[in-house]
Amino acid sequence: MDFFDNHNKLFGAAFLLFIGLTAFVAVLPAIDNEQNNAPLPGAVPLSEAAIRGKALYVSNGCVACHTQQVRNVDMDKVWGQRPGLAADYASNRRTDFWRNTATLMGTERTGPDLTSIGSRQPSWEWNLVHLYNPRIVIKQSIMPAYPWLFESKAEPAKEDVVVNVPDAFQRQGMTLVATQDALDLVAYLQSLKQTELPGTAGPAAFLYAKQEQKAESTDQSKLSDTETSENGQMLYATHCQACHQESGEGLKGAFPPLKGSMVVVDKDPSLIVNIIMRGYDARQEYGAMPAVGANADLSPEQIAAIINHERSSWGNNAPKVSVQQVEQIVQKIKEMPVQ
Amino acid sequence: MIVGRCKIVSSLCLGAYLVAIPAYAEIHFGQAVALSVGVVALVMALGLLFVAILIKDVVHNYLISKVNQGIKDYPKYLENLSSRQISLLLDRMVKKGRVGAILLVMLTLLDFPSLAQSSQPTAGSLLSQGGILITIVLISIPVLAGVIFLFFKITNTLNRYRNQQREAEAGRVAAYLDGIEGKDLAATLQRRKDALDFALSHNELSGALPANDHKGLINNVEHEASLPFVARKRKAHVRPKVDPELSRLITWFIITATFWLVFGTTVGEYLGIKFVAPDADQFSWLSFGRLRPVHTNAVFWGWASLAMLGLGNYVVPRVSNTSLFSIKLGWYTLILINTAVVLGTLSLMAGINNGGGEYREYIWPVMLLFGIGLLLTLINYFKTVASRTTKEIYISNWYIVSSVIFGIVISIVAYVPLWQNGLGETIIQGYYMHQGVGMWFMLFTLGIVYYFLPQQLNKPIYSYSLGILAFWTQILFYTLIGTHHFVFSAIPWWLQTVAIVGSVGMIIPVVAGTTNFLLTFKGAWYKITDSYTLPFFLTGILFYFTGSLQGTAEAFRSTNLLWHFTDFTVAHSHLTMYGIICFLLWAGIYALMPRITGQEPPQITVGAHFWLALIGLLFYTIPLMYGSTMRGLMWMEAKPFIDSVSFMAPFWLWRAIGGSLMWLSHLFFAYNLYRMMVAPGTVDIKETAFEKLRSIDRVP
Repeated sequence: MDFFDNHNKLFGAAFLLFIGLTAFVAVLPAIDNEQNNAPLPGAVPLSEAAIRGKALYVSNGCVACHTQQVRNVDMDKVWGQRPGLAADYASNRRTDFWRNTATLMGTERTGPDLTSIGSRQPSWEWNLVHLYNPRIVIKQSIMPAYPWLFESKAEPAKEDVVVNVPDAFQRQGMTLVATQDALDLVAYLQSLKQTELPGTAGPAAFLYAKQEQKAESTDQSKLSDTETSENGQMLYATHCQACHQESGEGLKGAFPPLKGSMVVVDKDPSLIVNIIMRGYDARQEYGAMPAVGANADLSPEQIAAIINHERSSWGNNAPKVSVQQVEQIVQKIKEMPVQ
Repeated sequence: MIVGRCKIVSSLCLGAYLVAIPAYAEIHFGQAVALSVGVVALVMALGLLFVAILIKDVVHNYLISKVNQGIKDYPKYLENLSSRQISLLLDRMVKKGRVGAILLVMLTLLDFPSLAQSSQPTAGSLLSQGGILITIVLISIPVLAGVIFLFFKITNTLNRYRNQQREAEAGRVAAYLDGIEGKDLAATLQRRKDALDFALSHNELSGALPANDHKGLINNVEHEASLPFVARKRKAHVRPKVDPELSRLITWFIITATFWLVFGTTVGEYLGIKFVAPDADQFSWLSFGRLRPVHTNAVFWGWASLAMLGLGNYVVPRVSNTSLFSIKLGWYTLILINTAVVLGTLSLMAGINNGGGEYREYIWPVMLLFGIGLLLTLINYFKTVASRTTKEIYISNWYIVSSVIFGIVISIVAYVPLWQNGLGETIIQGYYMHQGVGMWFMLFTLGIVYYFLPQQLNKPIYSYSLGILAFWTQILFYTLIGTHHFVFSAIPWWLQTVAIVGSVGMIIPVVAGTTNFLLTFKGAWYKITDSYTLPFFLTGILFYFTGSLQGTAEAFRSTNLLWHFTDFTVAHSHLTMYGIICFLLWAGIYALMPRITGQEPPQITVGAHFWLALIGLLFYTIPLMYGSTMRGLMWMEAKPFIDSVSFMAPFWLWRAIGGSLMWLSHLFFAYNLYRMMVAPGTVDIKETAFEKLRSIDRVP
């Protein structure tokens, strides 16, 4: 055909087809999204420190392993309370003259999603220790260590933020101090939270929810009142282990042990349920505990399973709690006025 | 600490499979028992059948020998005699002598000691216990051996008895043969003997003249050939000389490309090791997040792009039957792209990047150099095509020139800041990363294949129109599929659906392209065995089919649930970027370099390159795909995230092992390239002797 024997016409046609399709699937949807998008009313802009921290997050390539997107599928429930929306990313604009926008949605989840890491792990101490060497707090972790965000000082100044790490991880007689960079990066991580939807509009549903398998042997009637169908050890690994450790011994100077803890083995489970549901920051020597139960929307069955796991592991030997007991306490907590 | 790490590594290696499949262990044991019982039963049944046949034969012979001793059908033994037997018989018939003995081959059979055990595995209610099952399987092994020994014992006894019977029969036959006579029979036997003794004289075809190779068809004469440790492959055809200026340009493209291949995969290899040993180092410049884009960008923009452009500089003028428009523009491109990759690598390691989108990590001033390089290439190629001396534009140039145009468009769309706020960045990112792969690397490489494959097979491409169909459908469908990297994310649902539909549409160009290439092989498959480029082409084409269709399968919503965010994507990108692009580029380089330099690589190192790369790729991808699938299932079952990290450890180790093999193959490739460029340093005695002869002649 003559048309295809003319290089101007041939390559012109290919070019126009490609440009047309590009406009259709990339440029126009992108512009449309840009023009019809705004941050949610409740969204908190990043602080100065968090903006610097985000730059560090970008320059160290954290996005290679960490996503920041909660998909509208059931398996992503663990990463946030609702699926992500376009509005969640609306405040991302061009970084500076040299660098493009960084929405940091990511495509690999070698490490956990960080969309709501600010609510899931609000402890500064934990984040700093974890950045210095992740294997101090999570021994199976393969995340790189970031020692260059810290300094070893013989005599830390008064305003220095001291990081307590086990002796094996630092030089003798020196004290580890977080640099401004480390603090900025943690400030950014702390700022990562899902914004509540305004008004009464409910969030979109999570798709592909697992069908409850009633036929399975987890017949509720056969269980005694202290047993549940939930796996306490698995729940502990997901929600508690990062700080309190698999051994239940916690980390000296950062997270309290649960092994032999009076709170855990106390006959009356009110306090421990309270701590799980509302968090805890009463003791100076330890980091703050987030409201794990409320953040992850744990059910009374799940809370009972976690408590019973803690009460019967690492040498702890306290009577198990029943789901009803926990349910009553949770109910009471919910009725309490928000402080 | 280090010792501990080593221990972990080795125990991971051992425990790889046990860790992977504990849930199915029970089922496997059950199957093993059923299988071993079945095998024993089957062997016993076969043995009984054989013994029964033997017994029937023995009984039959016995009955016959009992019933009619005299009137037996002895003449049947006169049929099918051998020449030797006939001559013996004829001698006897002449001499009327006495028959001594008739030879019969006797089987001397070993007398096995009986080890038969009578115990049988009993399947009881304990079958659900692992230890019991293993024990049963172990016990069934000697039982089986006993059954086999018993079977041999019975067979031997029966055979001995049968042979006694046959010997008696042989005696009777000999007596009969001894008694026969007759002239006619003797004449018939003699004729038969002459016929059997017929033989050719061995020079029916060649005649009696001495051998002489008038047309110089015989080459590679070796009087003392050593054992062929490596299959001898066909040498490259001597082609018309390529413009030395162009040769130099192409050679430098390939050299720098190979440098980036070795550099980029060294980084990749180190990254793979970091999955197994995360504390291998703690320098900021070498941390995982910074090195990962160094690896991807170096192999994309450094290795693959430069290698493609180098081959393109040869193909585009060749199929236009003209010379390259400007060698100088080629050099500018080479310098610009190399500068871009050097600067990009350094800035990434220093922590300066564009914002985290994959393959878009170079900041714009760096990528601008690359873009200008592409623009100069486009001018160069386009002007070359415009000055072609053929009427039509060969299909290779459709693909190659279009891919350069698209490459420029993609870069502009990706780096212009007008549509990058909020989710716009993500939409553009999905488009960019996939168009980079599909419209730049894939399209350009297909153009290269459309030239080199028919050339290497010495026959035209199977179908021109299939190539054209693939071209337009590739543009139509591939452009749409970018956002399938963000399925279920906050980008518009309709856009995700369009991407999935486009991914399915990709079946058309992929099947069209594969069919076209494979049918070009039709009738020339035998050439693969004596070519060192065709195995690379074939591997690349097969991965083009499987890798691309795997991409389609991955795009569905259901498979996204399972595989998205896991290392399955990494395995897929290596199956495609490595299995397709790298193999096809190597094929092109091995086809081209001997033509422009006159030097060929040693075949043993080409073989090492091929097999290490292929086996390495399979070691890399298959465990990673299996592990990722299991990891996806763990996530869907809401297992603790950290458990899914520990679970992947053995598969990451496999990835590092496969990666090491791939990396090693690149060293072989670099060496082959060196051998294709540099003449061997040793003095060629023959060549030098004739050189000396010529110099003697020149002196009057």
